[in-house]
Amino acid sequence: MTPQARIRNVAIIAHVDHGKSTLADRLIEICGGLEAREMRSQVLDSMDIERERGITIKAQTVRLAFTAADGETYQINLMDTPGHVDFGYEVSRSLAACEGSILVVDASQGVEAQTLANAYQAIAANHEIVPVINKVDLPAADVERAKQQIEEVIGLGAEDAVLISAKTGLNVPAVLQAVVDRLPAPIGDPAAPLKALLVDSWYDTYLGVVILVRIFEGRIARGLRVRLMATGAVHEIERVGVFTPKPLLVDGLDPGEIGFINAGIKAVAECRIGDTITEERRQAAQALPGFKPSQPVVFCGLFPVDTSEFENLRESLAKLRLNDASFHYEPETSAALGLGYRCGFLGLLHLEIIQERLEREFNLDLIATAPSVIYRIHVRAGSVLELHNPADLPDPSRIERIEEPWIKATILVPDTYLGSVLALCQDKRGAQQELSYVGDRAMVVYRLPLAEVVYDFYDRLKSVSRGYASFDYQMDGYEEGDVVKLSILVNAEPVDALAMIVHRARSEARGRAICVKLKDLIHRQLFKIAIQAAIGGKIIARETVNALRKDVTAKCYGGDITRKRKLLDKQKKGKKRMRAIGNVEIPQEAFLAALKTDDR
Amino acid sequence: MSSSPLGLYVHWPFCQSKCPYCDFNSHVREHIDEARWRTALLAELDHAAADTPDRPVATVFFGGGTPSLMEPATVAAVIERIGIRWGFASDPEITLEANPGSVEAGRFRGYRAAGVNRLSLGVQALDDAALKGLGRGHSAAEAMAAIALAGAIFPRSSFDLIYARPGQTPAAWAEELDRAIAFGTGHLSLYQLTLEPGTQFHMRAERGDLVLPDEDTQAALFEATEERMTAAGFATYEVSNHARPGAASRHNLIYWRSDDHLGVGPGAHGRMTTSVGRRAIARHRAPETWLAAVERDGHGIKDDSLLTSDEAATEALLMGLRLDEGVSAERFLRATGQTLWDVVPADRIEPLEIAGFIARDEASLRATRAGRRVLNAVIAALTG
Repeated sequence: MTPQARIRNVAIIAHVDHGKSTLADRLIEICGGLEAREMRSQVLDSMDIERERGITIKAQTVRLAFTAADGETYQINLMDTPGHVDFGYEVSRSLAACEGSILVVDASQGVEAQTLANAYQAIAANHEIVPVINKVDLPAADVERAKQQIEEVIGLGAEDAVLISAKTGLNVPAVLQAVVDRLPAPIGDPAAPLKALLVDSWYDTYLGVVILVRIFEGRIARGLRVRLMATGAVHEIERVGVFTPKPLLVDGLDPGEIGFINAGIKAVAECRIGDTITEERRQAAQALPGFKPSQPVVFCGLFPVDTSEFENLRESLAKLRLNDASFHYEPETSAALGLGYRCGFLGLLHLEIIQERLEREFNLDLIATAPSVIYRIHVRAGSVLELHNPADLPDPSRIERIEEPWIKATILVPDTYLGSVLALCQDKRGAQQELSYVGDRAMVVYRLPLAEVVYDFYDRLKSVSRGYASFDYQMDGYEEGDVVKLSILVNAEPVDALAMIVHRARSEARGRAICVKLKDLIHRQLFKIAIQAAIGGKIIARETVNALRKDVTAKCYGGDITRKRKLLDKQKKGKKRMRAIGNVEIPQEAFLAALKTDDR
Repeated sequence: MSSSPLGLYVHWPFCQSKCPYCDFNSHVREHIDEARWRTALLAELDHAAADTPDRPVATVFFGGGTPSLMEPATVAAVIERIGIRWGFASDPEITLEANPGSVEAGRFRGYRAAGVNRLSLGVQALDDAALKGLGRGHSAAEAMAAIALAGAIFPRSSFDLIYARPGQTPAAWAEELDRAIAFGTGHLSLYQLTLEPGTQFHMRAERGDLVLPDEDTQAALFEATEERMTAAGFATYEVSNHARPGAASRHNLIYWRSDDHLGVGPGAHGRMTTSVGRRAIARHRAPETWLAAVERDGHGIKDDSLLTSDEAATEALLMGLRLDEGVSAERFLRATGQTLWDVVPADRIEPLEIAGFIARDEASLRATRAGRRVLNAVIAALTG
């Protein structure tokens, strides 16, 4: 057992792409956590999708043995964290398990929006922060500017920042030495009743439901009967281990240590993240503070392209949820798309990732409906509904008012692009809160309706700033909004999957744009097709797809039969991917594209 | 109906040049050892005869490629061999496709002597500029001479025209069509130009170098063609085929009615209804591959299998709805072993019937004139 004085618990935080996972790889390497032949890049990013996109989605933990300058071997528990705004809650739970953070800043990019957001979280968690400036070997590196930004934007002292190149390994051991020197050792009484923080849990094919814990008081060991304080569930500890990063079983964990347990729990959903684990016989008087559960903020419908794949979708969602308790789903029936699920996500990237994982890991073809935020509907009767699906909006006569969620967005951008970014925020109904400069970089804080951000904000921000703007946000309450339900009708039948809630000022333009888009995507058929957009009972836009005028093969003789039959069979297969609204076949691309309409 | 007529198709895969719109199995070769090819065709006929029920042949069709590049002696040998192996039904129809060039015209009498009694000429256009645009080697004058000669030599004849060509106006087509009708030929095949994948025209259109008339113009041309032909006393008995009374192609009707047919030569297909289902036979497409196979094995069969009942039904509809008489329930049952009204249930027919695309009575299901214009979509709607 390692004496507490030689334990350090540290989280690595950074903006996406600043080299956090590469640094984690180097740290594992120099501590001998893996043999050279076992090393690959982004060791801690276990999902394919994480490695391919170069992002971290799940926080991962590794225990390292580092021999410091004083000749002693320290146990360093390192937690890698996601850098993207959608996964901010993962960062906050990692921070709660540690005494300090390594803040990685790219020497050429400087401080970005998530650098700031994550650093603020670490400061709020009372962390000792070790600033690390990475990629100092690159020609575009500007160490002095990065230091200035750390000091002026975040307000942290940067004179002791460790200058490294995670890629080449330059000066990397100094990071661990700084952690040993500057971070406090954890404290906690090994004789006290057990108090362990449930940091995370996930499903592992080999280990089953794994629970990641940080021990604050007492000791956890195999055979101990424990109680989950929030749920009251009692389980016996079957296994205790640590990740090196390979799972390694240990006798027990003492105060200050981080590791995993198995406790006969069958579903991830039974574990409440942030819960306190104590002993059944000797219960702690008070639970740890925990942290607030993550709440989905963006919803969309997911439907199988091939309706016979519904069962597969159901099972896949259940399996995926074993691993990621942060998304929600409930059955949804659409007249247009059939049976599917309405799913809630932490943000757009989260939505994209879940959709991609369903398609890749479970081999599903999906149609996703327009992402929607949660509206609060104040009904005349006095009650308040939380609307997850635009199709469920009550009749306007019953509605007193509708509130929409707002966010507070922080954007960091080189001043060359500031004008365009401000124009974009204004266009998105934003209200400016703050504007400040550090050197040639501006930091703007805007309040924006979340619905506008969900629509196409990321893409447009990226394009107006040529990719140089970074963006982070937090939820910032609800406000009354002049929003209406926009319905799309095909041959007078409303298409529920295309219904959306939009701001009144934008509704006509949006309706027109969708009609035009659908007209292009719905091919001519035997009958004339009317495409209409309506608000309430009022038609605000109309397009017509004329009936097919000519479609007949000129020559078809003995030698053509086989080919023509195969062609028809191929068309029939393609038809499976269409959705019928009345007698109109709508290709699934139409659903996707209608939702991506640019309304300017 | 006792038994269906048996048709025999003979494929000659060679052309002097490849037409830019053509996606048929045709090939250009520097030198052709015709004797060797003749031997191979005869060998495959022998093999096919041994493999099929003993029935007289009602029709023979020499297609290609350009069968009028064959020596009349080769054609004679093939017809003679068919007579020996199968025997002919009374008054058989024996058609040969011919290029209307002056060289080929010199062989017409030889073909007639060999037993050919129907000539089908690939005229394509009656206008020199259009012929050049279509990549044809013959002139309008040659074509017209060939039409007249064919009419004089053969009891029955037909010629092909291609319309809805780039830049062709409805007025120009009406005028060309009137000139075509004026020859007095009993049968005309009038094809709308379509872009087939893998052809030069398709490639040019993709590049934007070739622009066909738009869909509305194509539809108008299609309708005007049928109207004009009807007025001239022709029945539009199939999407692109028009005949004066008694002049319809009996061989091609075998395909459209899902009767039995055998094919010999590279890429030839056959369909036979047997006691266990509809049999489909395909032969090697590439000329040299086919030739080698026949010389080695006595036949060039690449695939010989039974269609599934769905496939057989789809084929019967795909072909039969091209005819103005439609799909007969009786023939459908004979070819596919299934009841037409089970395969195409009323709820699929009704909306198309109400819209005027489909008509039916107890004995048959057919596409109306409006339905034939959009037949691909109608068939897709009917087959689900």
